[in-house]
Amino acid sequence: MNAFPPNDTDSSIDIGEADAETAAAIDIDREKGNFSFKEDYAYDAGVGLNAGAVDYITDVKGEPDWVREFRHKALKIFESKPLPTHWGSKDLENIDFAKIRYYLAKGQKPSRTWDEVPDDVKETFERLGIPEQERKFLAGVEAQFDSESAYSRMKEELSKQGVIFVGPTEGLKEHAEVFRKYFGKVIPAADNKFAALNSAVFSGGSFIYVPKGVKVAQPLQAYFRINAENFGQFERTLIIADEGAEVTYMEGCTAPKFDTATLHSAVVELVALKGAKIQYITVQNWATNVFNLVTKRGVAEEGAEIRWIDCNIGSRLTMKYPAVVLKGEHARGEVISIALASENQTQDTGAKMIHAASHTTSNIVSKSISVGNGLASYRGQVHIPKSLSHCKNNTECDALLINTNSRTDTYPAITVRGSQNSTQHEASVSKVSAEQIFYMMQRGLSEGEAMSLAVNGFINDLVQEFPMEYSVELKRLVELEMEGSVG
Amino acid sequence: MSNSLEIKDLNVSIGERQILKNFSLTVPKGEVHAIMGPNGTGKSTLAKALAGHEDYAVTSGSALLDGEEIIGQEPDAIARAGLFMAFQYPSEIPGVSIANFIRAALVARQPKGAPFDAKAYYAELYKKMDALKMDRKFTARSVNEGFSGGEKKRCEILQMMMLQPKYAIMDETDSGLDIDALRIVADGVNAMRGPDIGIVVITHYQRLLDYIVPDKVHVMYDGRIVHSGDKNLALELEAKGYDWVKKELAA
Repeated sequence: MNAFPPNDTDSSIDIGEADAETAAAIDIDREKGNFSFKEDYAYDAGVGLNAGAVDYITDVKGEPDWVREFRHKALKIFESKPLPTHWGSKDLENIDFAKIRYYLAKGQKPSRTWDEVPDDVKETFERLGIPEQERKFLAGVEAQFDSESAYSRMKEELSKQGVIFVGPTEGLKEHAEVFRKYFGKVIPAADNKFAALNSAVFSGGSFIYVPKGVKVAQPLQAYFRINAENFGQFERTLIIADEGAEVTYMEGCTAPKFDTATLHSAVVELVALKGAKIQYITVQNWATNVFNLVTKRGVAEEGAEIRWIDCNIGSRLTMKYPAVVLKGEHARGEVISIALASENQTQDTGAKMIHAASHTTSNIVSKSISVGNGLASYRGQVHIPKSLSHCKNNTECDALLINTNSRTDTYPAITVRGSQNSTQHEASVSKVSAEQIFYMMQRGLSEGEAMSLAVNGFINDLVQEFPMEYSVELKRLVELEMEGSVG
Repeated sequence: MSNSLEIKDLNVSIGERQILKNFSLTVPKGEVHAIMGPNGTGKSTLAKALAGHEDYAVTSGSALLDGEEIIGQEPDAIARAGLFMAFQYPSEIPGVSIANFIRAALVARQPKGAPFDAKAYYAELYKKMDALKMDRKFTARSVNEGFSGGEKKRCEILQMMMLQPKYAIMDETDSGLDIDALRIVADGVNAMRGPDIGIVVITHYQRLLDYIVPDKVHVMYDGRIVHSGDKNLALELEAKGYDWVKKELAA
């Protein structure tokens, strides 16, 4: 993210005064995730970030020395790097790193059956529907509660095929050879301040290795849950698909609504070796005071394909730009992104496509919805250097504005050099009009139902890209959000 | 009358300008009334004011739908009470299929959380589409997006047939239609005619009334009805032109 351009391509659209009636009473229904249990942690790194906290985490986890060094180095980088204040939002400055708790765990090992999961943790995930989803359509599940995974299980047939699906602590200890080869290589600690932060205090997340030629038919899912106040969740995910392998990974996130802000800062690295396919799906429904600052990047080798399908609902501020480095010829990268910014929220999301080999193609489709004074922005970077040929990029970003005071910004930085490369860029801004709403209401829909129908229609083609179970949830989330947005 | 749409002394303004002036009309169930008149006399204002459009301020008067006051109610409540308006310029709703739109409108009429019989719904939908000579693929398209004038009007009629309103106001449904489309739309309206529905057809031209034969014809001018008669009034109007009305009023 450090390579991001300044906002010189600002095409802000600000369409005037607030519509009081619709701007009022935006209180989003997050009841599904809005509950928490009494805090009861055996392991607590305390408040604030320093070398002692880093040592505490690495000691608790019993990590080898190279990881301890990696963490300490990253902490120094974090301390020396400034905040990326020139984009996103000034709100970043309100994060008080000294008041955050960086590691909280009950000391549990990830259970292999739901029965072994502590009662309150189990109840949390049951209320969120996770065990049910696992039974229905998942190949494996990992459920993280604050800093550590509480449950981790994968279908036996996949283990027999050599598929690895564990947390990073287990990954770096038990599968050191393959883990160390790729860990921190796609996203080095020095990439940006929040990647450095994650590298210093990371805990939880997933490590996945899919051996050559193995195609995992059903998705693997991770679920990230924040339960404690003033807490920072820093999961770390590394997915490696070996030659010709295929895997789909889905992540879901929730947190209860606390009085103080919570920080979620993940790092996700994907490696798709020759001819491999990785699809990474996110449905995020954070409470409205979560700072969500995530670095996601994948490297696609020859003929490999990486798809990020990303849906951002909720949070106070999200900054996330999934990237694909197209490293081998005929590699393909795709980002499909939906962002919904409600009242007082900023969704600064987008995509980066770095073409580093000829005959590579990338596709970005982004749809954002701004409600009330919510700000949903698209920030993208496409880079095709002169030395390459036959590279193609397609970028489409569409924005939908709900209220007269809603706003959207687009910053598409597209650098395409070389005569044999091509790019196509389309952007549109539309507004839900009073006439559309009247038309739908004349058919008997309430104002809220009309709004959510219009919004679901706007994102409909992208929702089709999500697995069915997720697309249903997504539509429902949009409905809750939109019905809550009208007075 | 509790079995009618009874509009009484309705005064409606848009901004400062008064459009409807003590407008009164009663449409009993089972009848089709045509409202004709030159442009700018308030025909569309009548439709939108009854449907509860917020830009049309009702300053006084009432409209009783089977005895229930609809003036002052929200547009969706009026719709669910049984008033359907076929729009002259229906809105596009990108990404929402016609099938899903009509389904949402029907679900909105059910008690919250009640199960929806999707199988019966599609059976009914296809039956009505066949009657309107619509391709089965039609309902997979987004509502009104990229539709021709004829397709838009047929889509309005399909919605009306599916929602089974007690009263329907067709706002210049014939505008922009070629003769074949006009006939299909008229066939749809005629198929719906019966003792359980009252229909108001707003039109500028007599042409539509060749296909939908009204029980009563009203001539509207300057915000109110100035003439009422049977279907022959439409023919007279066609022969003499609207100037006849103006002259007569001036006299």
